[in-house]
Amino acid sequence: MPTPALELKNITKRFGHKVVANKNVSLTLNHGEVLAILGENGCGKTTLMNMVAGIYYPDDGRIFINGHEAVIRSPRDAFEHGIGMIHQHFKLVDIFTAAENVVLGVHAGKKDNLKDVNSRVSEIAAKYGFSIDPKKKIYDMSVSEKQTVEIIKVLYRGADILILDEPTAVLTLQEIKRLFEILRRMAADGKSIIIITHKLNEVMEVSDRVTVMRKGENVGVVNTAETSEAELTNMMVGRQISLNIKRSEPVDPKPRIIVEHLDYTNPEGVKILKDVSFTARGGEMLGIAGIAGSGQREMLECIAGLIRPQTGTITFINPKENKPVTFFHKKISQVRRLAAQGKFHYPDGTRVSLKGMSRKSVRKLVRDEQILFDENEIMPLRDKTPLEIRELGVKLSFVPEDRLGMGLVGSIGIADNMMLRSYRKGRGVFVNRSKPKKLGQTLIKKLGIITPSIRTPVRRLSGGNVQKVLVGREISSSPKVLMAAYPVRGLDINSSYLIYNLLDEQKCTGTAVIFVGEDLDVLMGLCDRIMVINSGRITGTVDARTADKETLGYLMTKTQGDKADGSN
Amino acid sequence: MEATKDRVKEPLMWITKRDGMNPVFIWLIRVLAFVCGMLACGLIAFALIEQLRDEPSRITEFYKCFIDGVVKNDDMKWTFAKDVAILLCISVALTPAFRMRFWNTGAEGQTLVGVLAAVGVNFYLGEPYARSHVADARLLAPMLVAALLAGALWALIPALFKAKWNTNETLFTLMMNYVAIHLVSFCLAEWVPNGSNTISINDDMPTLFNGLAAVAKKNHKYSNYLTIILTVLAVTVLIYIYIKYTKHGYELNVVGESLRTAQYVGIKVKKVIIRTMLLSGMLCGLAGFLIGGVLDCTVNTESVGGQGFTGIMVAWLASFNPLIMILTSAIITFLNHGASQISTAFDISGALPNVMIGVVLFFVIGSEFFINYKLNFRKHAREVRA
Repeated sequence: MPTPALELKNITKRFGHKVVANKNVSLTLNHGEVLAILGENGCGKTTLMNMVAGIYYPDDGRIFINGHEAVIRSPRDAFEHGIGMIHQHFKLVDIFTAAENVVLGVHAGKKDNLKDVNSRVSEIAAKYGFSIDPKKKIYDMSVSEKQTVEIIKVLYRGADILILDEPTAVLTLQEIKRLFEILRRMAADGKSIIIITHKLNEVMEVSDRVTVMRKGENVGVVNTAETSEAELTNMMVGRQISLNIKRSEPVDPKPRIIVEHLDYTNPEGVKILKDVSFTARGGEMLGIAGIAGSGQREMLECIAGLIRPQTGTITFINPKENKPVTFFHKKISQVRRLAAQGKFHYPDGTRVSLKGMSRKSVRKLVRDEQILFDENEIMPLRDKTPLEIRELGVKLSFVPEDRLGMGLVGSIGIADNMMLRSYRKGRGVFVNRSKPKKLGQTLIKKLGIITPSIRTPVRRLSGGNVQKVLVGREISSSPKVLMAAYPVRGLDINSSYLIYNLLDEQKCTGTAVIFVGEDLDVLMGLCDRIMVINSGRITGTVDARTADKETLGYLMTKTQGDKADGSN
Repeated sequence: MEATKDRVKEPLMWITKRDGMNPVFIWLIRVLAFVCGMLACGLIAFALIEQLRDEPSRITEFYKCFIDGVVKNDDMKWTFAKDVAILLCISVALTPAFRMRFWNTGAEGQTLVGVLAAVGVNFYLGEPYARSHVADARLLAPMLVAALLAGALWALIPALFKAKWNTNETLFTLMMNYVAIHLVSFCLAEWVPNGSNTISINDDMPTLFNGLAAVAKKNHKYSNYLTIILTVLAVTVLIYIYIKYTKHGYELNVVGESLRTAQYVGIKVKKVIIRTMLLSGMLCGLAGFLIGGVLDCTVNTESVGGQGFTGIMVAWLASFNPLIMILTSAIITFLNHGASQISTAFDISGALPNVMIGVVLFFVIGSEFFINYKLNFRKHAREVRA
């Protein structure tokens, strides 16, 4: 048996006391092969490879390179052992050219003439079939070009073992195809390649062997030729998962939020949303598909009142009366203010003046509908702050993409996070913590949130538990509109299904659910309608029950003058 | 495969983050660090003080100075408690701002304008004889109001700029200190044309609160001290409650933790910044009133004496918990007093004791590293077997 290029023996890595990212992982990489490391998000794939690349140091276990034990304390050590890693987030200097980035950090002793570097880079590119201009600046490059620079960078340093962390996440289908061809060519040239991924089809397409990881452990190695997607899925999740997401029939779908002609240009002057119009209906789940960064986040934030669109209207339909929100809340001060502006009238049409009336009598007038808010005075939600939207009586919940940076406060416990939305309730200057605490306890029980205590800072909880806290809180206020952006990102299968079910339950209670997702299978299995956003434009809305991936893919990627690009 | 004889080198040590250490251990580490710091001071003293090298037995005297600094006599005890109170007041004043992650480095200036305002009211409105002597009891209320307003104004200016244009508050508040210092110089030049640059010191303060005088053994001076101590303790508790249990306190914590979260839940961030800084400045103004109105009714550029900066450290050491600040401000004052005792006892320059304070703090602050991180050491080099 030939000596393997890389061998890991019983590697263990812990973070803090509780988190064991890798547990006794052993792994073998042969010369000239493409090995895929397959596993769900958060199963320890990247951590393991980071130890090979010198980013982390293992707590236990040994690493052998070409049969010799190696100690890798830094990325430089890794390079000296011929290991190069291409990280998910590129580490390039924007204002340098491709060639300058390639030589950056190479040992000072052997200073390279930039001209030689340029030709070397071109040489490497030609050898494996990259297309790259060595003199091009990074900021002028597309994501795929940047990735090429990263790969050439490690090849230039003579790496024989290449590790690619989720290399396809940012690429288009065509670019993926080309990358795979290059990987095959490099393997044929004798390089050993590890590709980290959670996408089955890619594993089947490019790899020779597959190592499957689950919860920080290596659960098995198979030859790609002798396995199937079904077998790999089983290994990945540990048991047969039913691919059926519960999808109830829509409940009395009537328009709930009407968005018309929304345009949004961000502070940097980039047009993010272009003439977005759609209707979300109560009792129905509207899926939003699109390449990451096509304007999904901004669209939701416009509706939630966090950012202000330049043009367009957002109207909320009051489910009780089934007409646009005009005015149906009970704040007396606001009634007085609007009445002073002449926006109330008696049934006979005369204007209302509330001067000199007591709170009690004003409340009675409103309650008994003796005075009416002008029909044509629709209260649009555009230009309203989140607080004003709430004061209008619009029950809108929002599960943002950035859970700890926006939805929750990381340094405080579950109980205190529960009252983020509701702390203003009640008179007086003191916050009332008893209700939030009860709500927190209920959620912990109901959603199976794993936490040492209700006071443990939520930052310390795992991603899935953090998300349960957030979704749980947003649902607890029995919203009429529930918006969720990538609510299952980074979650394991079980937590994901729990979230799907919670969203479906909300739909059944008549809530309009807007679900921004990235996995088309999930969108097709969970939603009622799927709307596709492409570079800030709505390119189509399809029935999720009859939709097919090709149509959606086409809607997501078809160009309309300006190019779809998920890069930054 | 052949066996190699190379000894494989693990790194000598590496660092990992730790989480959720037992609080008992945390305090044990801190106490240990403090003791180590004190011991290191002893070593430095040996190295630098000649008398000690000549008579090593005097080392006990060296350490006794620290104790003396606090409990030598009644005067020492009262002064110690008063100094703790003033420092505590400034630290507590900083707390709401720091909790909001608004790095207010301007406590020195905010306190100083408080002193200036209090003394200024007395100067312009007081009886002619009082102009340069004592605080008129009837003027105490206007003096207090003036000091609070002045402190609030000094904090409001950077807060407005932060809220409106997101200027850097650290630099802004820091620069405001110098404006305050020069403002004091200017006023002194106006008020005291003889150029002594100080309104004359008053030794004979009237009893402000007669009832307290009885408690403080009928000593007039101590009754003022007692006023200060009780006021500051009350403020400390109130601010603790404000931060922990009120809606305002909750809001400023959220703003400090994440602006985006604050916006997401509809907190008016600008309003919170301005409100919190007004409070912070007002409390600095209160400290200024205690210094300028209750303590000695005098003002000069050194009236606050750097306590505005020391207060930052006190607040930080207490991780912005007002109740723990009682302890941390006591420790800092303890070191200060001990150091000045040493400087008299051994007849050395005042700079050396400051070095010692620095050394102790270095140990105490450095110990936080061991609370947050764990050092792993190489167990032993292993023989490689293939």
